[in-house]
Amino acid sequence: MHPAPSIIAFTTFSGIGYGLLVWIGVLAPAGVLPLGRSFAAASLALALAFISVGLLSSTVHLGHPERAWRAFSQWRSSWLSREGVSAVVTYIPALLFAALWLLDDTDGLWIALGFLAAAGSIITLICTAMIYQSLKPIRQWHNPWVLPNYLMLAGMSGALWLLAMVAAFGGVPASILILTAALVLAAMGGKIAYWQSIQRGTTRSTLASATGLPAGKPLRPLDPPHTEENYLLKEMGYRIARAHAVKLHRIALALGFAVPLVTLASAPLLRGGMITALIVFAGAISATAGILIERWLFFAEATHTVALYYRGNSTAVV
Amino acid sequence: MTSIPTGQPGAKKLGLVIDLDTCVGCHACAVSCKEWNAFGQSGPLTEFAPYGVEPSGVWLNRVHTFELGEGEDGRTVYFPKNCFHCEQPECVTVCPTGASYKRADDGIVLVDPELCIGCKLCSWACPYGAREFDDDDGVMKKCTLCVDRIYDQNLPESERVPACVAACPTSARHFGDFADPDSTVSKLVAARGGVDAMPEMGYRPVSKYLPPRSVRASLAPLERNDPGTGNPFLQWIDRLLSGSRP
Repeated sequence: MHPAPSIIAFTTFSGIGYGLLVWIGVLAPAGVLPLGRSFAAASLALALAFISVGLLSSTVHLGHPERAWRAFSQWRSSWLSREGVSAVVTYIPALLFAALWLLDDTDGLWIALGFLAAAGSIITLICTAMIYQSLKPIRQWHNPWVLPNYLMLAGMSGALWLLAMVAAFGGVPASILILTAALVLAAMGGKIAYWQSIQRGTTRSTLASATGLPAGKPLRPLDPPHTEENYLLKEMGYRIARAHAVKLHRIALALGFAVPLVTLASAPLLRGGMITALIVFAGAISATAGILIERWLFFAEATHTVALYYRGNSTAVV
Repeated sequence: MTSIPTGQPGAKKLGLVIDLDTCVGCHACAVSCKEWNAFGQSGPLTEFAPYGVEPSGVWLNRVHTFELGEGEDGRTVYFPKNCFHCEQPECVTVCPTGASYKRADDGIVLVDPELCIGCKLCSWACPYGAREFDDDDGVMKKCTLCVDRIYDQNLPESERVPACVAACPTSARHFGDFADPDSTVSKLVAARGGVDAMPEMGYRPVSKYLPPRSVRASLAPLERNDPGTGNPFLQWIDRLLSGSRP
Protein backbone atom coordinates (compact mmCIF):
# COMPACT_ATOMS: atom_id res chain seq x y z
CA MET A 1 0.00 0.00 0.00
CA HIS A 2 1.17 3.48 -0.86
CA PRO A 3 2.61 5.06 2.31
CA ALA A 4 0.86 8.44 2.11
CA PRO A 5 2.60 10.98 4.39
CA SER A 6 -0.74 12.51 5.40
CA ILE A 7 -2.04 9.21 6.81
CA ILE A 8 1.28 8.32 8.45
CA ALA A 9 1.28 11.72 10.18
CA PHE A 10 -2.40 11.36 11.07
CA THR A 11 -2.16 7.95 12.73
CA THR A 12 1.15 8.70 14.48
CA PHE A 13 0.32 12.15 15.86
CA SER A 14 -3.29 11.50 16.76
CA GLY A 15 -2.08 8.25 18.40
CA ILE A 16 0.38 10.21 20.56
CA GLY A 17 -2.26 12.82 21.38
CA TYR A 18 -4.91 10.31 22.40
CA GLY A 19 -2.37 8.25 24.33
CA LEU A 20 -1.31 11.41 26.19
CA LEU A 21 -4.94 12.34 26.86
CA VAL A 22 -5.66 8.87 28.25
CA TRP A 23 -2.84 9.15 30.78
CA ILE A 24 -3.61 12.74 31.77
CA GLY A 25 -7.30 11.93 32.14
CA VAL A 26 -6.58 8.94 34.36
CA LEU A 27 -3.42 9.95 36.24
CA ALA A 28 -4.30 13.57 37.07
CA PRO A 29 -7.44 12.56 39.04
CA ALA A 30 -5.36 9.76 40.58
CA GLY A 31 -3.10 12.44 42.00
CA VAL A 32 0.06 11.19 40.33
CA LEU A 33 0.58 14.29 38.20
CA PRO A 34 1.48 17.85 39.21
CA LEU A 35 -1.81 19.69 39.75
CA GLY A 36 -0.63 23.20 38.90
CA ARG A 37 -2.47 25.22 36.27
CA SER A 38 0.62 25.67 34.14
CA PHE A 39 1.14 21.92 33.92
CA ALA A 40 -2.54 21.46 33.11
CA ALA A 41 -2.40 24.07 30.37
CA ALA A 42 0.86 22.80 28.87
CA SER A 43 0.15 19.08 28.94
CA LEU A 44 -3.45 19.29 27.69
CA ALA A 45 -2.47 21.83 25.02
CA LEU A 46 0.20 19.39 23.84
CA ALA A 47 -2.27 16.49 23.76
CA LEU A 48 -4.91 18.47 21.88
CA ALA A 49 -2.27 19.88 19.52
CA PHE A 50 -1.08 16.37 18.62
CA ILE A 51 -4.68 15.24 18.12
CA SER A 52 -5.66 18.27 16.06
CA VAL A 53 -2.55 18.20 13.86
CA GLY A 54 -3.17 14.49 13.26
CA LEU A 55 -6.83 14.96 12.38
CA LEU A 56 -6.10 17.94 10.13
CA SER A 57 -3.38 16.05 8.27
CA SER A 58 -5.86 13.24 7.62
CA THR A 59 -8.01 15.68 5.67
CA VAL A 60 -5.04 16.40 3.38
CA HIS A 61 -5.54 12.85 2.09
CA LEU A 62 -9.09 13.64 0.95
CA GLY A 63 -10.09 14.53 -2.58
CA HIS A 64 -12.71 16.90 -1.14
CA PRO A 65 -11.59 18.05 2.34
CA GLU A 66 -14.40 20.62 2.44
CA ARG A 67 -16.88 17.75 2.57
CA ALA A 68 -15.13 16.00 5.49
CA TRP A 69 -18.13 16.71 7.75
CA ARG A 70 -20.15 14.21 5.72
CA ALA A 71 -17.99 11.44 7.20
CA PHE A 72 -19.89 11.63 10.51
CA SER A 73 -23.03 10.07 9.03
CA GLN A 74 -22.27 6.36 8.43
CA TRP A 75 -21.18 5.24 11.90
CA ARG A 76 -23.51 2.24 11.69
CA SER A 77 -21.28 0.45 9.17
CA SER A 78 -18.02 2.36 8.73
CA TRP A 79 -15.06 2.36 11.12
CA LEU A 80 -13.79 5.54 9.46
CA SER A 81 -17.08 7.27 10.21
CA ARG A 82 -17.04 5.96 13.79
CA GLU A 83 -13.54 7.29 14.20
CA GLY A 84 -14.60 10.73 12.98
CA VAL A 85 -17.56 10.85 15.37
CA SER A 86 -15.52 9.58 18.29
CA ALA A 87 -12.67 12.00 17.60
CA VAL A 88 -14.97 15.01 17.57
CA VAL A 89 -17.03 13.89 20.59
CA THR A 90 -13.84 13.33 22.62
CA TYR A 91 -13.01 17.06 22.31
CA ILE A 92 -16.02 17.87 24.53
CA PRO A 93 -14.92 16.11 27.77
CA ALA A 94 -11.27 16.95 27.02
CA LEU A 95 -11.95 20.70 26.73
CA LEU A 96 -14.29 20.74 29.74
CA PHE A 97 -11.71 18.76 31.74
CA ALA A 98 -9.09 21.34 30.79
CA ALA A 99 -11.42 24.23 31.64
CA LEU A 100 -12.30 22.92 35.11
CA TRP A 101 -8.66 22.16 35.83
CA LEU A 102 -7.65 25.69 34.87
CA LEU A 103 -10.45 27.02 37.10
CA ASP A 104 -9.09 24.87 39.96
CA ASP A 105 -12.47 23.15 40.10
CA THR A 106 -11.02 19.65 40.53
CA ASP A 107 -13.90 17.86 42.15
CA GLY A 108 -16.00 14.83 41.16
CA LEU A 109 -17.17 16.29 37.85
CA TRP A 110 -13.58 17.01 36.85
CA ILE A 111 -12.62 13.43 37.65
CA ALA A 112 -15.53 12.10 35.62
CA LEU A 113 -14.58 14.30 32.66
CA GLY A 114 -11.02 13.01 32.85
CA PHE A 115 -12.23 9.44 32.64
CA LEU A 116 -14.62 10.35 29.81
CA ALA A 117 -11.81 11.98 27.83
CA ALA A 118 -9.67 8.88 28.37
CA ALA A 119 -12.52 6.59 27.32
CA GLY A 120 -13.21 8.68 24.21
CA SER A 121 -9.51 8.54 23.33
CA ILE A 122 -9.39 4.76 23.64
CA ILE A 123 -12.54 4.37 21.53
CA THR A 124 -11.06 6.63 18.85
CA LEU A 125 -7.82 4.62 18.84
CA ILE A 126 -9.81 1.38 18.49
CA CYS A 127 -11.71 2.87 15.53
CA THR A 128 -8.46 3.95 13.85
CA ALA A 129 -6.99 0.47 14.18
CA MET A 130 -10.20 -1.19 13.00
CA ILE A 131 -10.24 0.89 9.80
CA TYR A 132 -7.17 -1.13 8.81
CA GLN A 133 -7.80 -4.42 10.59
CA SER A 134 -11.24 -4.80 9.00
CA LEU A 135 -9.91 -4.73 5.42
CA LYS A 136 -9.84 -8.33 4.19
CA PRO A 137 -7.99 -7.72 0.89
CA ILE A 138 -4.86 -6.59 2.77
CA ARG A 139 -3.59 -9.56 4.78
CA GLN A 140 -0.93 -7.58 6.68
CA TRP A 141 -3.72 -5.37 8.06
CA HIS A 142 -6.37 -8.05 8.47
CA ASN A 143 -4.26 -9.37 11.33
CA PRO A 144 -5.24 -9.66 15.02
CA TRP A 145 -2.07 -7.84 16.12
CA VAL A 146 -3.07 -4.57 14.42
CA LEU A 147 -5.50 -3.39 17.11
CA PRO A 148 -3.18 -4.15 20.07
CA ASN A 149 -0.29 -2.57 18.13
CA TYR A 150 -2.17 0.68 17.63
CA LEU A 151 -3.33 0.81 21.25
CA MET A 152 0.06 -0.05 22.75
CA LEU A 153 2.02 2.31 20.50
CA ALA A 154 -0.36 5.15 21.33
CA GLY A 155 -0.21 4.33 25.04
CA MET A 156 3.55 4.10 24.97
CA SER A 157 4.20 7.29 23.01
CA GLY A 158 1.60 9.17 25.05
CA ALA A 159 3.28 8.06 28.27
CA LEU A 160 6.71 9.12 27.00
CA TRP A 161 5.41 12.60 26.15
CA LEU A 162 3.62 12.78 29.52
CA LEU A 163 6.89 11.91 31.20
CA ALA A 164 8.64 14.66 29.25
CA MET A 165 5.99 17.15 30.44
CA VAL A 166 6.19 15.98 34.04
CA ALA A 167 9.99 16.14 33.98
CA ALA A 168 9.84 19.68 32.58
CA PHE A 169 7.71 20.66 35.59
CA GLY A 170 10.21 19.11 37.99
CA GLY A 171 10.69 15.58 39.22
CA VAL A 172 9.93 12.26 37.61
CA PRO A 173 7.73 10.03 39.80
CA ALA A 174 8.95 6.45 39.84
CA SER A 175 5.40 5.22 39.24
CA ILE A 176 5.12 6.96 35.85
CA LEU A 177 8.66 5.89 34.96
CA ILE A 178 7.88 2.24 35.60
CA LEU A 179 4.52 2.47 33.83
CA THR A 180 6.17 4.00 30.78
CA ALA A 181 8.98 1.44 30.68
CA ALA A 182 6.43 -1.38 30.91
CA LEU A 183 4.41 0.17 28.08
CA VAL A 184 7.50 0.50 25.87
CA LEU A 185 8.40 -3.14 26.47
CA ALA A 186 4.83 -4.29 25.79
CA ALA A 187 4.55 -2.19 22.62
CA MET A 188 7.89 -3.51 21.37
CA GLY A 189 6.83 -7.10 22.04
CA GLY A 190 3.55 -6.52 20.24
CA LYS A 191 5.24 -4.98 17.22
CA ILE A 192 7.80 -7.78 16.94
CA ALA A 193 5.00 -10.33 17.23
CA TYR A 194 3.15 -8.51 14.41
CA TRP A 195 6.21 -8.49 12.15
CA GLN A 196 6.76 -12.19 12.75
CA SER A 197 3.10 -12.87 12.11
CA ILE A 198 3.07 -11.13 8.71
CA GLN A 199 6.33 -12.85 7.76
CA ARG A 200 4.81 -16.26 8.43
CA GLY A 201 1.42 -15.54 6.95
CA THR A 202 0.52 -16.06 3.34
CA THR A 203 -2.43 -14.77 1.44
CA ARG A 204 -5.43 -17.03 1.06
CA SER A 205 -6.05 -15.62 -2.39
CA THR A 206 -4.06 -16.66 -5.42
CA LEU A 207 -4.19 -15.67 -9.06
CA ALA A 208 -6.18 -18.87 -9.62
CA SER A 209 -8.80 -17.95 -7.01
CA ALA A 210 -8.81 -14.33 -8.24
CA THR A 211 -9.66 -15.44 -11.78
CA GLY A 212 -11.58 -18.63 -11.12
CA LEU A 213 -9.12 -20.47 -13.37
CA PRO A 214 -8.02 -24.01 -12.41
CA ALA A 215 -5.66 -24.00 -9.44
CA GLY A 216 -3.66 -27.04 -10.50
CA LYS A 217 -2.09 -25.53 -13.62
CA PRO A 218 0.68 -22.96 -13.93
CA LEU A 219 -0.88 -19.50 -14.29
CA ARG A 220 0.98 -16.28 -14.86
CA PRO A 221 0.28 -12.75 -16.05
CA LEU A 222 1.25 -12.37 -19.69
CA ASP A 223 0.25 -8.87 -20.71
CA PRO A 224 -0.87 -6.06 -18.41
CA PRO A 225 -4.09 -4.23 -19.33
CA HIS A 226 -2.21 -0.95 -19.64
CA THR A 227 1.37 0.06 -20.31
CA GLU A 228 1.82 2.68 -17.57
CA GLU A 229 1.01 2.66 -13.86
CA ASN A 230 -2.61 3.39 -13.04
CA TYR A 231 -4.30 4.36 -9.78
CA LEU A 232 -4.51 0.72 -8.68
CA LEU A 233 -0.77 0.14 -9.00
CA LYS A 234 0.21 3.50 -7.52
CA GLU A 235 -2.13 3.17 -4.54
CA MET A 236 -2.17 -0.57 -3.90
CA GLY A 237 0.80 -1.98 -5.78
CA TYR A 238 3.51 -0.35 -3.67
CA ARG A 239 6.58 -2.54 -3.26
CA ILE A 240 9.41 -2.16 -0.80
CA ALA A 241 12.88 -3.58 -1.34
CA ARG A 242 13.50 -6.44 1.10
CA ALA A 243 16.94 -5.11 2.06
CA HIS A 244 15.45 -1.71 2.88
CA ALA A 245 12.66 -3.28 4.93
CA VAL A 246 15.15 -5.18 7.11
CA LYS A 247 17.14 -2.00 7.79
CA LEU A 248 14.02 0.04 8.49
CA HIS A 249 12.76 -2.57 10.95
CA ARG A 250 16.02 -2.21 12.86
CA ILE A 251 15.86 1.60 12.79
CA ALA A 252 12.24 1.55 13.96
CA LEU A 253 13.13 -0.81 16.82
CA ALA A 254 16.12 1.30 17.83
CA LEU A 255 14.44 4.71 17.69
CA GLY A 256 10.99 3.58 18.75
CA PHE A 257 11.87 1.34 21.68
CA ALA A 258 15.59 0.92 22.46
CA VAL A 259 16.48 4.62 22.77
CA PRO A 260 13.39 5.45 24.90
CA LEU A 261 14.21 2.49 27.20
CA VAL A 262 17.77 3.78 27.64
CA THR A 263 16.49 7.27 28.47
CA LEU A 264 14.01 5.80 30.96
CA ALA A 265 16.71 3.70 32.58
CA SER A 266 19.04 6.68 32.90
CA ALA A 267 16.40 9.11 34.23
CA PRO A 268 16.50 7.92 37.88
CA LEU A 269 20.31 8.15 37.90
CA LEU A 270 20.26 11.84 37.00
CA ARG A 271 18.31 12.98 40.09
CA GLY A 272 15.96 15.34 38.32
CA GLY A 273 16.65 18.80 36.99
CA MET A 274 17.13 20.12 33.51
CA ILE A 275 19.32 17.24 32.34
CA THR A 276 16.69 14.64 33.23
CA ALA A 277 14.00 16.66 31.50
CA LEU A 278 16.12 16.89 28.33
CA ILE A 279 16.96 13.17 28.38
CA VAL A 280 13.32 12.19 28.82
CA PHE A 281 12.31 14.67 26.12
CA ALA A 282 14.88 13.09 23.77
CA GLY A 283 13.30 9.70 24.50
CA ALA A 284 9.87 11.02 23.48
CA ILE A 285 11.25 12.56 20.27
CA SER A 286 13.07 9.33 19.41
CA ALA A 287 9.94 7.25 20.00
CA THR A 288 7.96 9.59 17.75
CA ALA A 289 10.52 9.22 14.97
CA GLY A 290 10.53 5.44 15.46
CA ILE A 291 6.74 5.24 15.25
CA LEU A 292 6.73 7.36 12.09
CA ILE A 293 9.06 4.78 10.49
CA GLU A 294 7.00 1.91 11.93
CA ARG A 295 3.87 3.47 10.43
CA TRP A 296 5.58 3.95 7.06
CA LEU A 297 6.44 0.23 7.12
CA PHE A 298 2.87 -0.63 8.14
CA PHE A 299 1.77 0.78 4.79
CA ALA A 300 4.74 -0.08 2.61
CA GLU A 301 4.79 -3.75 3.64
CA ALA A 302 1.04 -4.21 3.22
CA THR A 303 0.02 -5.97 0.04
CA HIS A 304 -3.38 -5.85 -1.64
CA THR A 305 -5.06 -8.70 -3.52
CA VAL A 306 -5.44 -6.53 -6.66
CA ALA A 307 -1.68 -6.98 -7.19
CA LEU A 308 -2.38 -10.65 -7.98
CA TYR A 309 -3.91 -9.63 -11.30
CA TYR A 310 -0.79 -7.71 -12.24
CA ARG A 311 2.02 -9.75 -10.69
CA GLY A 312 0.57 -13.19 -10.16
CA ASN A 313 1.48 -15.10 -7.05
CA SER A 314 4.97 -13.62 -6.79
CA THR A 315 5.42 -11.91 -3.45
CA ALA A 316 5.00 -8.21 -3.14
CA VAL A 317 8.58 -7.73 -1.98
CA VAL A 318 11.18 -7.10 -4.67
CA MET B 1 -26.90 4.68 3.56
CA THR B 2 -23.90 2.37 3.45
CA SER B 3 -25.52 -0.58 5.15
CA ILE B 4 -26.32 -3.32 2.66
CA PRO B 5 -30.02 -3.39 1.77
CA THR B 6 -31.74 -6.57 2.84
CA GLY B 7 -33.03 -8.70 0.00
CA GLN B 8 -36.55 -7.71 -0.96
CA PRO B 9 -38.93 -10.08 -2.71
CA GLY B 10 -38.81 -9.45 -6.42
CA ALA B 11 -35.58 -7.49 -6.27
CA LYS B 12 -33.32 -7.95 -9.27
CA LYS B 13 -29.64 -8.93 -9.11
CA LEU B 14 -28.17 -7.36 -12.19
CA GLY B 15 -24.72 -8.34 -13.35
CA LEU B 16 -22.59 -9.71 -16.13
CA VAL B 17 -21.41 -13.09 -17.29
CA ILE B 18 -18.03 -13.00 -18.99
CA ASP B 19 -17.08 -15.98 -21.10
CA LEU B 20 -13.34 -16.53 -20.81
CA ASP B 21 -13.56 -19.15 -23.54
CA THR B 22 -14.72 -16.79 -26.25
CA CYS B 23 -13.09 -13.52 -25.18
CA VAL B 24 -10.39 -12.66 -27.70
CA GLY B 25 -8.85 -9.82 -25.71
CA CYS B 26 -9.67 -7.06 -28.18
CA HIS B 27 -10.29 -4.43 -25.45
CA ALA B 28 -13.42 -3.21 -27.27
CA CYS B 29 -15.39 -3.52 -23.99
CA ALA B 30 -12.83 -1.38 -22.15
CA VAL B 31 -12.78 1.28 -24.87
CA SER B 32 -16.54 1.30 -25.23
CA CYS B 33 -16.91 1.58 -21.45
CA LYS B 34 -14.55 4.52 -21.41
CA GLU B 35 -16.36 6.21 -24.27
CA TRP B 36 -19.82 5.84 -22.75
CA ASN B 37 -18.96 6.56 -19.12
CA ALA B 38 -16.74 9.56 -19.77
CA PHE B 39 -19.99 11.41 -20.46
CA GLY B 40 -22.47 9.49 -18.32
CA GLN B 41 -23.24 8.98 -14.65
CA SER B 42 -19.54 8.59 -13.75
CA GLY B 43 -18.16 11.20 -16.09
CA PRO B 44 -15.68 12.63 -16.61
CA LEU B 45 -13.12 9.83 -16.56
CA THR B 46 -10.06 12.00 -16.45
CA GLU B 47 -6.97 11.19 -18.51
CA PHE B 48 -3.59 12.54 -17.43
CA ALA B 49 -0.97 13.23 -20.11
CA PRO B 50 -2.93 11.18 -22.67
CA TYR B 51 -0.37 11.97 -25.36
CA GLY B 52 2.60 12.22 -22.99
CA VAL B 53 5.33 9.83 -22.03
CA GLU B 54 3.44 8.25 -19.12
CA PRO B 55 -0.25 8.45 -19.87
CA SER B 56 -2.62 7.40 -17.10
CA GLY B 57 -6.28 7.78 -16.43
CA VAL B 58 -9.48 6.43 -15.01
CA TRP B 59 -10.87 3.30 -16.66
CA LEU B 60 -13.70 1.25 -15.24
CA ASN B 61 -12.91 -1.90 -17.19
CA ARG B 62 -9.47 -3.46 -17.62
CA VAL B 63 -8.53 -6.48 -19.73
CA HIS B 64 -5.76 -8.63 -18.27
CA THR B 65 -4.01 -11.40 -20.20
CA PHE B 66 -2.82 -14.58 -18.52
CA GLU B 67 -1.05 -17.73 -19.61
CA LEU B 68 -2.68 -20.89 -18.28
CA GLY B 69 -0.81 -24.19 -18.45
CA GLU B 70 2.49 -24.84 -20.11
CA GLY B 71 3.78 -26.28 -23.36
CA GLU B 72 1.20 -27.94 -25.55
CA ASP B 73 -1.30 -27.61 -22.71
CA GLY B 74 -0.73 -23.86 -22.51
CA ARG B 75 -3.25 -21.29 -23.60
CA THR B 76 -3.79 -17.58 -23.37
CA VAL B 77 -6.72 -16.41 -21.27
CA TYR B 78 -8.06 -12.89 -21.70
CA PHE B 79 -9.62 -11.65 -18.50
CA PRO B 80 -11.76 -8.51 -18.62
CA LYS B 81 -12.41 -7.17 -15.13
CA ASN B 82 -14.85 -4.58 -13.87
CA CYS B 83 -17.06 -4.24 -10.79
CA PHE B 84 -18.91 -7.46 -9.88
CA HIS B 85 -21.66 -5.59 -7.98
CA CYS B 86 -21.13 -7.92 -5.02
CA GLU B 87 -23.88 -8.99 -2.66
CA GLN B 88 -21.63 -8.17 0.31
CA PRO B 89 -19.73 -5.16 -1.02
CA GLU B 90 -17.44 -3.98 1.76
CA CYS B 91 -16.51 -1.05 -0.47
CA VAL B 92 -19.99 0.17 0.48
CA THR B 93 -19.96 -0.57 4.20
CA VAL B 94 -16.58 1.15 4.77
CA CYS B 95 -17.76 4.39 3.14
CA PRO B 96 -17.97 7.06 5.85
CA THR B 97 -20.31 9.41 3.97
CA GLY B 98 -22.98 7.30 2.33
CA ALA B 99 -21.61 8.16 -1.12
CA SER B 100 -21.14 4.47 -1.87
CA TYR B 101 -24.36 2.54 -1.90
CA LYS B 102 -25.97 -0.63 -3.18
CA ARG B 103 -29.37 -0.19 -4.77
CA ALA B 104 -32.10 -2.25 -3.13
CA ASP B 105 -34.14 -2.85 -6.28
CA ASP B 106 -31.45 -4.10 -8.67
CA GLY B 107 -28.25 -4.52 -6.62
CA ILE B 108 -26.17 -2.07 -8.63
CA VAL B 109 -23.30 -0.57 -6.57
CA LEU B 110 -22.87 3.15 -7.23
CA VAL B 111 -20.97 6.20 -5.97
CA ASP B 112 -22.76 9.52 -5.51
CA PRO B 113 -20.10 12.00 -6.68
CA GLU B 114 -21.81 14.80 -4.74
CA LEU B 115 -21.29 13.00 -1.41
CA CYS B 116 -17.88 11.39 -2.00
CA ILE B 117 -15.06 13.01 0.01
CA GLY B 118 -12.36 11.08 -1.84
CA CYS B 119 -10.96 9.17 1.16
CA LYS B 120 -10.15 6.18 -1.11
CA LEU B 121 -11.04 3.67 1.63
CA CYS B 122 -13.56 1.91 -0.66
CA SER B 123 -10.80 1.21 -3.18
CA TRP B 124 -8.74 -0.41 -0.42
CA ALA B 125 -11.75 -2.50 0.65
CA CYS B 126 -12.37 -3.87 -2.86
CA PRO B 127 -10.27 -7.03 -3.37
CA TYR B 128 -10.63 -6.77 -7.14
CA GLY B 129 -9.41 -3.26 -7.91
CA ALA B 130 -12.77 -2.31 -9.37
CA ARG B 131 -12.63 1.29 -8.18
CA GLU B 132 -10.33 3.97 -9.53
CA PHE B 133 -9.82 7.38 -7.97
CA ASP B 134 -10.09 10.43 -10.21
CA ASP B 135 -7.39 12.80 -8.99
CA ASP B 136 -8.80 15.66 -11.02
CA ASP B 137 -12.39 15.23 -9.86
CA GLY B 138 -11.35 14.28 -6.31
CA VAL B 139 -13.92 11.46 -6.14
CA MET B 140 -13.98 7.71 -6.66
CA LYS B 141 -15.17 6.27 -9.98
CA LYS B 142 -16.52 2.82 -10.67
CA CYS B 143 -18.57 0.72 -13.07
CA THR B 144 -22.26 1.71 -12.95
CA LEU B 145 -23.39 -1.28 -15.00
CA CYS B 146 -24.34 1.55 -17.37
CA VAL B 147 -27.29 2.45 -15.16
CA ASP B 148 -27.80 5.41 -17.48
CA ARG B 149 -28.24 3.06 -20.46
CA ILE B 150 -30.05 -0.03 -19.24
CA TYR B 151 -33.17 1.85 -18.12
CA ASP B 152 -33.18 4.47 -20.88
CA GLN B 153 -36.60 4.25 -22.52
CA ASN B 154 -35.34 6.40 -25.41
CA LEU B 155 -32.99 3.66 -26.53
CA PRO B 156 -34.23 0.71 -28.60
CA GLU B 157 -34.72 -2.23 -26.24
CA SER B 158 -31.84 -4.18 -27.79
CA GLU B 159 -29.45 -1.36 -26.82
CA ARG B 160 -30.52 -1.26 -23.17
CA VAL B 161 -27.44 -3.21 -22.11
CA PRO B 162 -24.12 -2.00 -20.68
CA ALA B 163 -21.80 -0.46 -23.27
CA CYS B 164 -19.24 -3.24 -22.78
CA VAL B 165 -21.84 -5.89 -23.62
CA ALA B 166 -23.04 -4.01 -26.68
CA ALA B 167 -19.47 -3.62 -27.94
CA CYS B 168 -18.24 -7.20 -27.56
CA PRO B 169 -17.65 -8.64 -31.05
CA THR B 170 -17.59 -12.26 -29.86
CA SER B 171 -20.59 -12.02 -27.51
CA ALA B 172 -18.36 -13.00 -24.63
CA ARG B 173 -20.25 -10.62 -22.34
CA HIS B 174 -23.83 -11.18 -21.22
CA PHE B 175 -26.00 -8.91 -19.12
CA GLY B 176 -28.99 -9.95 -17.09
CA ASP B 177 -30.80 -10.66 -13.84
CA PHE B 178 -29.25 -13.36 -11.67
CA ALA B 179 -32.27 -13.40 -9.38
CA ASP B 180 -34.28 -14.88 -12.26
CA PRO B 181 -33.32 -18.55 -12.71
CA ASP B 182 -34.69 -18.46 -16.28
CA SER B 183 -32.57 -15.52 -17.44
CA THR B 184 -29.85 -16.05 -20.02
CA VAL B 185 -27.14 -15.27 -17.50
CA SER B 186 -28.50 -17.72 -14.91
CA LYS B 187 -28.78 -20.46 -17.54
CA LEU B 188 -25.25 -19.79 -18.82
CA VAL B 189 -23.84 -19.98 -15.31
CA ALA B 190 -25.68 -23.24 -14.67
CA ALA B 191 -24.70 -24.80 -18.00
CA ARG B 192 -21.05 -23.78 -18.05
CA GLY B 193 -20.18 -23.83 -14.35
CA GLY B 194 -19.87 -20.09 -13.82
CA VAL B 195 -17.43 -19.09 -11.08
CA ASP B 196 -16.83 -16.20 -8.68
CA ALA B 197 -13.62 -14.23 -8.47
CA MET B 198 -12.00 -14.65 -5.01
CA PRO B 199 -14.93 -16.48 -3.37
CA GLU B 200 -12.77 -16.80 -0.24
CA MET B 201 -13.19 -13.06 0.43
CA GLY B 202 -16.87 -13.55 1.09
CA TYR B 203 -17.98 -10.53 -0.98
CA ARG B 204 -20.23 -12.79 -3.07
CA PRO B 205 -19.80 -11.25 -6.52
CA VAL B 206 -22.99 -11.17 -8.59
CA SER B 207 -21.17 -11.19 -11.94
CA LYS B 208 -19.59 -14.49 -12.93
CA TYR B 209 -16.92 -15.86 -15.23
CA LEU B 210 -17.40 -18.84 -17.50
CA PRO B 211 -14.12 -20.78 -17.40
CA PRO B 212 -12.34 -21.65 -20.63
CA ARG B 213 -13.45 -25.00 -22.04
CA SER B 214 -10.87 -27.66 -21.32
CA VAL B 215 -11.56 -29.57 -24.51
CA ARG B 216 -9.07 -28.80 -27.23
CA ALA B 217 -9.34 -30.18 -30.72
CA SER B 218 -6.76 -32.94 -30.89
CA LEU B 219 -4.55 -31.90 -33.74
CA ALA B 220 -2.90 -34.58 -35.82
CA PRO B 221 0.85 -33.99 -35.75
CA LEU B 222 2.11 -32.29 -38.88
CA GLU B 223 3.73 -34.82 -41.16
CA ARG B 224 7.34 -34.22 -41.85
CA ASN B 225 9.77 -35.46 -44.49
CA ASP B 226 6.94 -36.65 -46.65
CA PRO B 227 8.51 -37.51 -49.96
CA GLY B 228 4.94 -37.10 -51.16
CA THR B 229 4.82 -36.52 -54.81
CA GLY B 230 6.67 -39.54 -56.10
CA ASN B 231 8.53 -37.19 -58.45
CA PRO B 232 12.10 -38.65 -58.63
CA PHE B 233 13.64 -35.20 -59.10
CA LEU B 234 11.93 -33.80 -55.98
CA GLN B 235 12.84 -36.95 -54.04
CA TRP B 236 16.48 -36.43 -55.06
CA ILE B 237 16.26 -32.76 -53.91
CA ASP B 238 14.70 -33.89 -50.63
CA ARG B 239 17.50 -36.37 -50.00
CA LEU B 240 20.06 -33.76 -50.90
CA LEU B 241 18.58 -31.20 -48.51
CA SER B 242 18.12 -33.79 -45.76
CA GLY B 243 21.86 -34.38 -45.84
CA SER B 244 21.73 -38.03 -46.83
CA ARG B 245 23.91 -39.08 -49.81
CA PRO B 246 21.91 -39.79 -52.95
